[in-house]
Amino acid sequence: MDFTFSEDQLLFQDSVRGFLVNEITPERLRAGWDTDTGRDPALWQQLAEMGLTGLTVPEEHGGLGMDAVDFVLLAQECGYVALPEPLVNHALVAVPLLQDLGGELAAHWLPLAASGEARVIVALEQNLLAEDAHVADLLLLERGGEWFALTQGQFSCEHSESVDPGRRLFTVTVQAGATPVATGAAAAGLRAASLNRGALGCAAQALGLAQRMIDLSVQYTAERKQFGKPIGSFQAVKHHMANVAVRLEYAKAPVHRAAFEVAENAAGASLAVAQAKLMACEAANLAAKNSIQVHGAMGYTWEVDLHIFMKKAWALANTWGDAGWHKQQVATAIFADGAALGAGATFQ
Amino acid sequence: MQLAFTEQQQAFRQEIREWLAANAPAEPLKTFDTEEGFQQHREWEAVLNHGRWGMVTWPEALGGRGCDLIEWLIFEEEYYRARAPLRVNQNGIFLLGPTLMEYGTEEQKARFLPAMAEGRDVWAQGWSEPGAGSDMAAIRSTAHLQGDKYIINGQKTWSTRAVWADWLFGMFRTDPGSERHRGLTFILVPLNTPGITVRPIPQLDGLPGFAEIFFDNVEVDVSNRLGDDGAGWAVAMATAGFERGLMLRSPARFQETARRLVELYRENEATASQDPHIREAVIRAYLDAESYCLSTYQTACRLSQGGKIGAESSTNKIFWSELDQNMHATAMSILGARAELLPHAPAAKGVGSWLDGWLFSQSGPIYAGTNEIQRNIIAERMLGMPR
Repeated sequence: MDFTFSEDQLLFQDSVRGFLVNEITPERLRAGWDTDTGRDPALWQQLAEMGLTGLTVPEEHGGLGMDAVDFVLLAQECGYVALPEPLVNHALVAVPLLQDLGGELAAHWLPLAASGEARVIVALEQNLLAEDAHVADLLLLERGGEWFALTQGQFSCEHSESVDPGRRLFTVTVQAGATPVATGAAAAGLRAASLNRGALGCAAQALGLAQRMIDLSVQYTAERKQFGKPIGSFQAVKHHMANVAVRLEYAKAPVHRAAFEVAENAAGASLAVAQAKLMACEAANLAAKNSIQVHGAMGYTWEVDLHIFMKKAWALANTWGDAGWHKQQVATAIFADGAALGAGATFQ
Repeated sequence: MQLAFTEQQQAFRQEIREWLAANAPAEPLKTFDTEEGFQQHREWEAVLNHGRWGMVTWPEALGGRGCDLIEWLIFEEEYYRARAPLRVNQNGIFLLGPTLMEYGTEEQKARFLPAMAEGRDVWAQGWSEPGAGSDMAAIRSTAHLQGDKYIINGQKTWSTRAVWADWLFGMFRTDPGSERHRGLTFILVPLNTPGITVRPIPQLDGLPGFAEIFFDNVEVDVSNRLGDDGAGWAVAMATAGFERGLMLRSPARFQETARRLVELYRENEATASQDPHIREAVIRAYLDAESYCLSTYQTACRLSQGGKIGAESSTNKIFWSELDQNMHATAMSILGARAELLPHAPAAKGVGSWLDGWLFSQSGPIYAGTNEIQRNIIAERMLGMPR
């Protein structure tokens, strides 16, 4: 039993955090909202140079051969800065799916994914809309129980604006005559695995978002004075933030456990992911609710940065399986005859 | 990261499982908030100790097994699965024991630890006073050093299990001119010393689970002081740290409650499902109990590798106490009109021990530092908000 991250994993997290916090400032995010694609090829290139685009690509295809446990801490940091580039989808969902699909498709695209020359994006029918389809060099689209591997020109996109100006969502129309790359039971298995990976990515980002909202709120309430004191010294304000800290603290281990289960392709991965996403997105939603409250009227403005992270948290809670969907996964597991419950069942 | 038990850990689990199957009482003991039940639980501690299962984390030389935190969690899982009796001496073995090992002299360790382990000495805690609850530094009970004796005067209260306990560990003001957390001393007091009056306080279920204690010129030998004169606050903080930390509130207890709650819901689904909130709350109970378990394992592994427990440990008390309250509230909702019935009432078929648990769960957010105090600690020490 070793529920810790290695020294290397923690050091990598530190260096990625340092890079992201320096580079992905709120000013840069705001500037990105007004651009055509909302995405920044120069930034993507920097992520590639750090090895992040190839992190989960096998070494024989030019990557680092790492897995979901290695990536989960980095996904938290992506959440912390509200990274607009589709790195989490690419590295945590699309690259493993390419490996599962295998064959020439994988052999061709994995090296390009590793080097960052290609952005590979997965879109599930359950998600309603396809995130970042407009910048996908390869779109792995699940539709009607089948998977399609599409390059630009083989599909068209209609943008649907999100409350989060950092998100780009599209209705995708596939050109007639596209041939599926997976069908039937195989396709269903890939859909379930992709949903697990995508939901894990949301959960990890939600942890980072919640932490960012705590940090912003702690800073703001230390600076803002009323009645001659920082408002952060008042218990009513402190307890709002303490409540977030408690829920966030107990959401972390479920997310890390889910990463392990996903990396191992374990039978319990869906349940572990459902737990992780529910716990983490709830923590992030509570962080949003309590953070806007302690920011007062400033929190309700466009100018103060809080909303960047709040809106992303709201959006992630309802994508890659909304709360109802994941609760149903949990209910199916725990209300089954012979369900493994109680003391000692957690790691069985 | 490797989330599976080693063969050695699995063998350890098997060993305790078999021992409990052979030795744990078949019928539940009477509650230790009665004289008869207290005696039964004291005898059970002796049985546990005889099997060397009483204090598995203690060193082998002291009758323990030198278990690490993971083995401790495994032990607790099996203990709660077997529905073995609650630990009447938990103030002693989980709080004072580790404190003694850290601050006690060799003479004190030899004098107190074996008797504690065998259940011969059951310990009560003497910290709170009528004017010093959440504000523990407001302690006013005094201990005046005269020769080789402390002369203790004053009053302690909310002292759990003090009605039938043998000893008390308490904090007393030894420097009469001192204020707040300075000038306090940690002293171990035999409860049969002349001048002590123990007055039972009936708790929410009517039983004398705690007591107030009056000290009238009580003489205690100076060799019963733990740590230095005037250094009691630091010793007490170490004890409070153990209390809030991993030892006392194992995930196993809450996972078993969550499991029983799922069963209760399924048995009563026809009526319980009419309120959609109940189903949601049962799912929530499972999620939170599992998360508590996962977080505890993660912390235990981190500590095993030399990590330090930080201010985030203050989140622990809030999380489990609210979880416990929520789970029992949900059980009350499922039981509906039967929920208020005492277990022995003629019409109380199938209510089990949920009412007892519901009453007890009311104390969780209050004792061992109220949840409001914990929130202040989290905000100030973990998040760095201004005082």
